[in-house]
Amino acid sequence: MTIQNFAKQLEFKPLCMPSPEKEVEGVYIGDLLSWVMGKAESGNVWITIMSNINIVAVAALTDVSAILLSENVELDADVLKTAESKGINILSTPLSTYESAAKIAGVIS
Amino acid sequence: MNRYYYDLHIHSCLSPCGDDDSTPNNIAGMATLCGLNIVALTDHNTCKNCPAFFEAAKKYGIIPVAGMELTTSEDIHVVCLFEELSDAMAFDEFVDKGRMKIKNKPEIFGRQTVTDGDDNPIFEVDALLINSSGISIDDVCEIVGRFNGICYPAHIDRDANGIVAILGTVPMDIGFTRLELRDRESTDEYSKKYGIKKEQFVYSSDAHYLTDMRDKDAYFELEDEPYSSKLVRHNLFLRLRGDL
Repeated sequence: MTIQNFAKQLEFKPLCMPSPEKEVEGVYIGDLLSWVMGKAESGNVWITIMSNINIVAVAALTDVSAILLSENVELDADVLKTAESKGINILSTPLSTYESAAKIAGVIS
Repeated sequence: MNRYYYDLHIHSCLSPCGDDDSTPNNIAGMATLCGLNIVALTDHNTCKNCPAFFEAAKKYGIIPVAGMELTTSEDIHVVCLFEELSDAMAFDEFVDKGRMKIKNKPEIFGRQTVTDGDDNPIFEVDALLINSSGISIDDVCEIVGRFNGICYPAHIDRDANGIVAILGTVPMDIGFTRLELRDRESTDEYSKKYGIKKEQFVYSSDAHYLTDMRDKDAYFELEDEPYSSKLVRHNLFLRLRGDL
């Protein structure tokens, strides 16, 4: 499933989506960037509450299909601008991290 | 007794996020222009540019300190400083062995260049230097102490990788005698909020670019007779260890 269809189907709000055709493959959850750098896999949707600009670099390094910000976490405009320029998709949801994961689990294997 | 202006937290071109122009000689030269007397080089999870920085500092007449900005397993940044270059390099080897190795992508994070004392590139570090060292905040004082170094939380007034941002407070039972603030204006707030004596704060720039380095401001009054840089550095460490 492409990240664009994924976001649409699960009603996650795209904050920026410069790479809508990226394929979603699995999920990684984590807020400690060092862990995410080492553990997240290419294609994963990465669920986090971290909003620092470093999330964009970590997403680029790990080649995740999108960052999903749970709990309605807000982003600074410069983070979105950087994400847009680096081709990083960012989604948002009011759901908690657990609720987000549970919702995704019903759709992807 | 003389006044020694310091900056104990500066990144070189070896830190991926450090500017390529922040070579050891450029940092030493800029420190001179800023009126600094004591400067510590603290790259992320490495001391490998400290030998070159010591050579550069000698040329410019500033007192170098070998250091590292360690990333703990909680993603908290901790400044580690060593009185002896050799101890810093032994610590560097220890940290290097324990770190999870992720290949750096220079186009995203930046290059990680080790230079010689004349700023000539020797090699680039292949593994990304900013991720966790695997050392917990609870163990960092003891481990750094084993290498005769001292350490304290970096930029506790910053959101990214500051101890307050990650743990929600400053746990004083860990044994830190010092804490670093980036902005002097944060002093009253952090002193009051966390019960920290104002004398415990160290102020440093965390400069990643030469233009981030600041004019002389924070200083220690240190005994320096009969003068030698070794004596000044020794007395700096006594001061940092808590002999206020």
